[in-house]
Amino acid sequence: MGIVHEARKLGLPLMNVVRFKGMPILEQLFLEEKLLRTSSDNWCIVNDGTNTPSIVMGLSGKASELLELGFVLRDEVPVIRRFTGGGTVIVDHGTIFVTIICNKDDVLGVQPYPRSIMSWSGLLYGQVFRGIGDFQLRENDYVFGDRKFGGNAQSITKNRWIHHTSFLWDYEVKNMDYLKLPARAPEYRLERDHNEFICRMKEYLSRSLFVEKTTEALETHFSLQPMNSETIGAVHEGGFVHTTSLLTKQELKDALASSLESSAHSS
Amino acid sequence: MASRLLWASSAASYLRISVSHRGFASEEKIDIEEGCKDLLIEALPNHKHVESGNLVVEDFKYAESHEWVKVDGKTATVGITDHAQDHLGDVVYVELPEVGAAVIQGSGFGAVESVKATSDIYSPVSGDVVEVNEELNNSPGLVNSSPYEKGWIMKVEIKDDSELKNLKNSDEYAKFCEEEDAKH
Repeated sequence: MGIVHEARKLGLPLMNVVRFKGMPILEQLFLEEKLLRTSSDNWCIVNDGTNTPSIVMGLSGKASELLELGFVLRDEVPVIRRFTGGGTVIVDHGTIFVTIICNKDDVLGVQPYPRSIMSWSGLLYGQVFRGIGDFQLRENDYVFGDRKFGGNAQSITKNRWIHHTSFLWDYEVKNMDYLKLPARAPEYRLERDHNEFICRMKEYLSRSLFVEKTTEALETHFSLQPMNSETIGAVHEGGFVHTTSLLTKQELKDALASSLESSAHSS
Repeated sequence: MASRLLWASSAASYLRISVSHRGFASEEKIDIEEGCKDLLIEALPNHKHVESGNLVVEDFKYAESHEWVKVDGKTATVGITDHAQDHLGDVVYVELPEVGAAVIQGSGFGAVESVKATSDIYSPVSGDVVEVNEELNNSPGLVNSSPYEKGWIMKVEIKDDSELKNLKNSDEYAKFCEEEDAKH
């Protein structure tokens, strides 16, 4: 009650902040989707790394078009289809995840549409990275110069929205071999392969400074209330049905068969 | 291509309808004359160009969540409005409901993806889905280029047409959109 009173004095809406380390990305996505759809609070989730390398596609992603399925099946890499839009990433212990979930009326001047939300988030991260690298929001990617270091995606409901980002703190070059060059890519990519297109955030600032600056930027919009991760509750409670799913081995095999068939027809 | 776009813009300007050059999915092969035909069709007498620059259709009903419905007896055709497609950006995917599914007025029935975002879409009527627009699987950009005609999303057999009074007419909806945009 005391914190709510203080926040109201400041006139800033409350935002719960919860931090994890090494939370499995599937579990994180389940939690995010549930909070978006069943909570009425604002949330910031920071997950420092995920426990096992995983591929995460957007809602409309087709494994047959986006992934080198032979390698994926050989190495048994988990493939997840998330509830938000956007492209495909491979995430691991070197990825830092920052997720912002808001009631639309708590973010003044931002309409619940993709470009309006992205414009706001671009300004937020502009504050975070001020004076660090040549940061910009470029064709919906977070870049230093012309190299992407953060991929983001969104989901928008009637009264709430989520904007989540996977920041490439570090990454393993060999993991990029699981991903094909996407057919739909930003113009500034200029057909560069993954290793020429992306860069590591660790070359620009420390993990702790990044989290500190992100917190400071959020504090200009919200009154932050740290929350113990154990109080969030199980993501599978309450019968909530997730859109996010882990693709089965059979689905991946079917996708491989489909991709081989397409190659055969086009050759 | 640039000169054909200029022609389309001039033609659209003569008819006093807005042209969104962004209103086509980039992966589609767009015949600009075909795209312009859609714009011309939408300049029919019951299509109205409102102050915001977006189109409304006079005989349709509208939800505040920016879906439209055209009622023909017990069948309702549903899509998203020109205002919605304009604000969403290039649509790259439409998550269609299943035929046979029940929908409820005001509840989500699907989603559209644009600019790395999935946006829920809400049914303006209650009933059972009897048909979905499978064309959108191959050409999701129809939602942008022809939101009231070729970009329709589903057809519903409605149970209770008294629910239609909960929706706005075209004038009320146009005013609602202007007020919403003015807030930001």
